[in-house]
Amino acid sequence: MLELRIAGRDFGQPVLGEVFATVSRGDRICLLGPSGIGKTTLLNAIAGLDKSVPESAVIGREQLRVGYLFQEHRLLPWRTLHANLRLVGASDDEAGTLLGQVGLAGYGHYLPDQLSLGMARRAALARCLAVKPDLLLLDEPFASLDPIMAGELKALIAGILNSQPDMAMICVTHDGGDAAILANRLWYLDGKPARLQWDDVLAEPGLVDGLLGRLRDLDLTGS
Amino acid sequence: MKGPTGRPPLWSYWIVLPSFVVLWALTAWLLQSPLLPTPANVLDTMVRESASGELWHHLGATLARVVVAFVLAMAIGTAIGIVMGRSQTTNALFDPLLVLLLNLPALVTIILMYVWFGLVEVAAVMAVVINKVPNVAVTVREGARSLDYRLEEMATVYEFTRWQRLREVWVPQLFPYLMAATRGGLALIWKIVLVVELLGRSSGVGFQLHMAFQVFDVAAILAYSLAFIAVVQLIELAILQPLERRSSRWRQPEAAHA
Repeated sequence: MLELRIAGRDFGQPVLGEVFATVSRGDRICLLGPSGIGKTTLLNAIAGLDKSVPESAVIGREQLRVGYLFQEHRLLPWRTLHANLRLVGASDDEAGTLLGQVGLAGYGHYLPDQLSLGMARRAALARCLAVKPDLLLLDEPFASLDPIMAGELKALIAGILNSQPDMAMICVTHDGGDAAILANRLWYLDGKPARLQWDDVLAEPGLVDGLLGRLRDLDLTGS
Repeated sequence: MKGPTGRPPLWSYWIVLPSFVVLWALTAWLLQSPLLPTPANVLDTMVRESASGELWHHLGATLARVVVAFVLAMAIGTAIGIVMGRSQTTNALFDPLLVLLLNLPALVTIILMYVWFGLVEVAAVMAVVINKVPNVAVTVREGARSLDYRLEEMATVYEFTRWQRLREVWVPQLFPYLMAATRGGLALIWKIVLVVELLGRSSGVGFQLHMAFQVFDVAAILAYSLAFIAVVQLIELAILQPLERRSSRWRQPEAAHA
């Protein structure tokens, strides 16, 4: 459903090299790689936010509905959660249901900055779902959450992925453990300029083992 | 030491302003000159002018010009300011003109408008608008430059329409700048409108001041000035302050109890 033919991306010096890949319905991709290598840059390019990447480099995006969970919540701080969901096209009922789904039932009339970091991120996730996405982009969804909140959010996202088998996901993370829970496919971005070093489809039974084998070769903990 | 911040307490107005009136009354009583009428004289004139309907007629005419000029200047200035703040090219094109217009005395614009277009209403209002647009544009440009790119990206991903982007993303961020432009704008515009009326209209507070000046009727000059100051204060208290309070409520949200 999506084909990447990114020829490279410059910030004076090349940041992103050639990235060729296809994404199909139901792909749950975790995008791993060292800090600052350009994972968010790649995600922005896929989302169409990078003006220096021509539209022709991301084939098929025009036909897709995209939900993007940014690192910050990026909800409109002057609008209630309910209004934020309504703005992207959710009906009144849908907004209520979605907030309930992410554990924020009854918080519709709150302003985003009245919420804790974890709650605001869940509200932003509800907005992603409000557009009924074909492609869900997650940029470090578990960063700076305490382990309990991070665990809850992982379970929540895993549940959403299970209930929507047609949706594709690309999730930027540092943590191989996230990938073990969420991914059925693994991208590893590295090098100068950065390229996809691996594009592995993980078979379901060997998923965790195969992944852990791969991760043993790397030292992702420092990044 | 804590320096003075914001508005002084309300009681200071109730002490300083009446004291000023008393001082004025004393001075007028001592001088006994027609060039400095007593507060009672001025009040008398105000009541007489208002009873005859003259005061309301001229206040209304001035207020109408202020409102029209203000709305036009804000709309044009905001549009120019946003475009200049968002586009390098436009900024390069318009900035030199802006510098020129900012330093052009109001009086010159007024005279030129009257000379070129005649002593007509459109020329009068245009002169005021031309004087005010650069100030609004400069203020709003600052705001447009500080728009949060993260919310821009969000609006792009979620396919906000142009109208949604303006209303939901830009205006709330520009609001403090629009308020600053409004405050400064109102104060500047009504002063320029008086000059415009003095030079070429046959109605309005400025016109009445001109007539009073011809016969050195200081009581009338003060009566009209005070009446207009009262109107401007009323706009501030009844419209601007409530608007500002309402629109900045989201800035200090109380934390959720969770």
